[in-house]
Formats: sequence, structure tokens, C-alpha cells
Amino acid sequence: MILETKGVDWSANGKKIVQDISLHINEGEFVGLIGPNGSGKSSLLRAIYRILRPNAGHIILNGQEVWQQSAREVAQQTAVVAQETHIEFSFTVHQIVAMGRNPHKGMFDRDTAEDLTLIEAALERVGMTNFHGRDFRTLSGGEKQRVLIARALTQQTPFIILDEPTNHLDIRYQLEILELIKTLEVTKLAALHDLNLAATYCDRLYLLRDGQILAHGSPQQVLTSSLIKEAYGVYAEVGRHPITGQLHLAFAPSSE
Amino acid sequence: MIQRQSVRPLGLTLLILTIVVILSVIFAISIGPVQIPPFDVWQIALYRMGFIEQGAWSLAHENIVWLIRMPRTLMAIFVGAGLAVVGVTMQALVRNTLADPYLLGISSGASVGAVLAIGVGLFRFAGVYAVSLGAFLGAIVAFILVFTLAQQNGRVTPQRFILAGLAISYLFSGLTSFITLTSDDRELAEQLLAWLLGSLARADWIDLTLPALVLAIGTLFLLLQARSLNSLAMGDETAATLGVDLDKLRRQLFIVASLVTGVMVAVSGAIGFIGLMIPHIVRLIIGVDHRWVLPVSLFIGAIFLIWVDLFARTAFAPEELPVGVITALLGGPFFLWLMYTTGQEGN
Repeated sequence: MILETKGVDWSANGKKIVQDISLHINEGEFVGLIGPNGSGKSSLLRAIYRILRPNAGHIILNGQEVWQQSAREVAQQTAVVAQETHIEFSFTVHQIVAMGRNPHKGMFDRDTAEDLTLIEAALERVGMTNFHGRDFRTLSGGEKQRVLIARALTQQTPFIILDEPTNHLDIRYQLEILELIKTLEVTKLAALHDLNLAATYCDRLYLLRDGQILAHGSPQQVLTSSLIKEAYGVYAEVGRHPITGQLHLAFAPSSE
Repeated sequence: MIQRQSVRPLGLTLLILTIVVILSVIFAISIGPVQIPPFDVWQIALYRMGFIEQGAWSLAHENIVWLIRMPRTLMAIFVGAGLAVVGVTMQALVRNTLADPYLLGISSGASVGAVLAIGVGLFRFAGVYAVSLGAFLGAIVAFILVFTLAQQNGRVTPQRFILAGLAISYLFSGLTSFITLTSDDRELAEQLLAWLLGSLARADWIDLTLPALVLAIGTLFLLLQARSLNSLAMGDETAATLGVDLDKLRRQLFIVASLVTGVMVAVSGAIGFIGLMIPHIVRLIIGVDHRWVLPVSLFIGAIFLIWVDLFARTAFAPEELPVGVITALLGGPFFLWLMYTTGQEGN
């Protein structure tokens, strides 16, 4: 087990955002976190990657409480692809990917040939080899995600957390990014918006509502008409995808 | 494979910049009411540093070079370099390329502290360092105030930063004027007003020690943190997930930036816009990696202020312009241009 949370609570301004969350992630899994807007997905992830300190509960990474480890120690085990924020500085793609080495570097360390090899390999892995010198800010949404994934790979961690990695991407890039993530040889935890994508790519799902876990298990176990109705208040018909044959959902307003 | 920056070109760049600094110093010292041949300036400096025997120059020239113009030019180097480095630091810290110790009110805070030391006699226990101590304390109070005011729900927006900086800047400038104008000693008040505009005219060898020391220590610290500054420039959350201890780094940067600003303001008054202009120009030329931006800004800031000060004391001779007036005349339009172009990028 790479990550385990026990009874995690987190509130903001007196409102409970995350309540009594206990989950676990095994090595090599791709676990999806789903749930409606405001259900606490991002807050839970931020608690797990050591930004929000929970009011109660434990977050145990590789057998050790994250809040008893330094930011640096956690960064050596967990890489994060967060939702994109505005960047004021014109860093190049190479410079951004190189930052993945920072948690492993002391104050006096220089970039080594090994660092360059890792950066090169990561950019190749995400198909961005020709973008070394490009200003990150001039890239498309899909390209930016690829670069941030490359940075996560350069960080050489056994565990990667992604917060809605397909947000604001058009459908082609959504599929490309998830195909890429699925093939990474690390443990993955991702908050996902699109239930069909979650069904297609994740090994296991946790469904959140109002900061609590409503259900968890395989996509077949979690993505049922009744649970979706309960979480999202919409009607969902569970079927098979006409091309891939995998679980597929069709939605309608609950009044239908 | 562009921008594969390695160490060697940085070393070469810094070597060239060092030569430019030395040439600028010699040239600046040779110019003035009494013209002194650049070669004599070079020889006198080498003689006074103990490298060569005394030559055929006059004692008057020696005194002008070594006792008057040399300390002033060195002060220009330290102040220019220090303010440029602080600008780089603050911009990474608040993630806003418009940040500058002068614009954000940090210099105004330092001025209040310095004026309290000079005019009211606070911090007398610190002896000759009273003004510097006062300026440092004023700077850190202003910095923390601006940073706190700019936060809203734990997040900082660039606009709030500039507004908070403006407010604090006005508040502290008002305080400085108040303390100065209500001072009973008219002569002292006039001195204070002249100093507030920013000037290197009173630089003396004794005044140089503290700025040199603070600049050296501050720069060394920042260079060792250059990687973390890169992470920080990407955003607080990203920096934390890249292993940066945010609270600790922020505290350290607050102290270093306030210390350098405070000490520079104490010796030269409020010279504005260097921290804004220099880092920006440097980033345009060599990119945004702080391992480069910091050392190169240090040199460019030094060179810039040597030349601005030379202009300030010679252009309208025998009248001397406060150096802060010239940096403001250059910096104002620069700021507007930056605001205009940054706004376009955002669209």
C-alpha cells in the first residue's frame, strides 16, 4: 500500500469540506476520484499532497505520516500535476521540466548529465522532444499538461497525483492525456470530471459527495444508476461503449 | 536543444561584466570638475591598494580619486547591485514582475526607520549603525504589511499587491515628511529632504563596509536558493510540491530583501525603479532562470547606477541632480511600458 488515509477531516470557514475520508491506494494502481463540483475532490488531493493540513485523521505515505515529513521528503515520493494556474514568468519547457529535479538537489548541487538525461527521457515520453526552448506560456492546454507530466516524471517518484488533468482540453487531448497517464509505470491518483473517462481508464474509483465517500470499488461497482442519481441528481443509463465495449454511461435530467 | 545553459557561458558572461564594471569605474572617476586621465585613475587605485609604487600624479588628484570619487562610485556599485538583486527576489516572492522595493513601499518603510534614527535619535544604542538598523526595521515592517494586506483568503493577486504597495508607500512617505517637517532643526530637515530624493554624494569609505557586507551575504544566500526561487516563481502550491518549505523560505526572503533594501536606503536614500528595470531587462536577454538572473542583475544594476550617478553629477554641473530623480524619470515610463505590454500578454 503506497497511500492510506484514515478519517481525514478538513474544514474551511467553519464548513466541513472533507469529512472522515478513509481510502487506500495500492502500488501500481490508477485510482480515480470522482464526484460533483464542490464534493471535496481537490481539497482531499491537496490534503494528500501536503498543502492543506487536515483538522483530524491521518495521511500515511509509504508507511509514514506526511505531516511528520518535510515538504522535500514528500516531494521525493509524490509528484503533483495540479490544475493550471497563471504563470508570470516566461520559463522555457526545459526549465520547467528541470524543476522536477529540485526536490533531489541540495543548495550546492549543479545540474548533472544524469539530470539532462532524465529531462530528455521525460520529454520524449510525453512526445514533447522538440519543445525544449519554447516559452511554456505559449503552449496549448494539452501541450502544457504534457510538460507538467514530464516534470512529474523527472521528479522520479513512485506516486503521481493529478487534479483534473483533462480540464479545459478538447476531446482528442483528453483521450491522449489519459492514454499517456495510464501507461506510466507508477501509482496514480487522479481527480476526474468525466465519468466515462474515469470508467475507461481507472482501476478503482472513489465517489465523493459533500466531502464524504459515497462509494468505492471497480468502475462497475461505483458507476451504477442509483449511485449516480444519489451523487449527481441525474439519471444515468449504464451500457456498453459501442467501440471499446467498456462500461459507458448515458445521462438524462432526473425529471425524465 | 535551445537554452541548454551550462556553467561555462555564465562564467564568461560574468567575466565580461566584471571588466565592464572596472572600465565604468575608471571612466566615471576620471570625469568631473577636475578631469583626471583614466590611466592615472587606474594607477592611483593600484597604488592605494598597495600593488604599485607611487607615480608622478599630484596629491590633489590622488585625493580626488581615492577619497572622493572612488567611495562614491563603489557606493553606486553596491546600491545598484543590491536594489537589482532585491527586485529579482521580490518579483519571485510575490510572483509579479512589477514588484520593486520602491514601488511596493519597502523603501518608504526604510525611509521612515532611517528618519526616526536621524531626526528623532531612535536606535541610538546601535551607534554608527543606527540609521541602517532603523531602515531595516522600517523595511521589514512595510514588507510584512504589504504582504498581509495583499492577501485575500490566503491568495495574493498582482493587482492587490500593487494597490497595497501604493497605500503603504503613501502612508510611509507621509510619515517621513511629517517627521522631517516637524523637526525643530531646520538644517537637519533640509539634509533629510535632500537625502530622501536619493543621492550618493555623501558616500565615504567608512559608509561602505556595511553595504558591501550585506550585499555579499545577501547575494550569496539568494544564489544558494536560486533553485527554490525558480520553484517559487511557478506558484506557492507548485513550489511546495517541488519540496520548498514555503514558510521558511518566505521568512528568509523577507529578511534578506528588507536587510539589503534597508541598508541601501540608509546610505543613499530612496532610489527607485532599479529593482524594476534591471531584472526585467536581464530576463529579456538571458531568460528567467534565477541561477542566471540573480548574478547578471547584480552586475547590470551596478553598471547602471555608476552611469546614472555619473550623469547626475556632471550633466548640469556645477549643480548636481539627485540620482533618484533620474532613475524615476527613466523608471516611470518603463513601468508604463511594462504595464502596457504585460496587459497584452494576458489577453
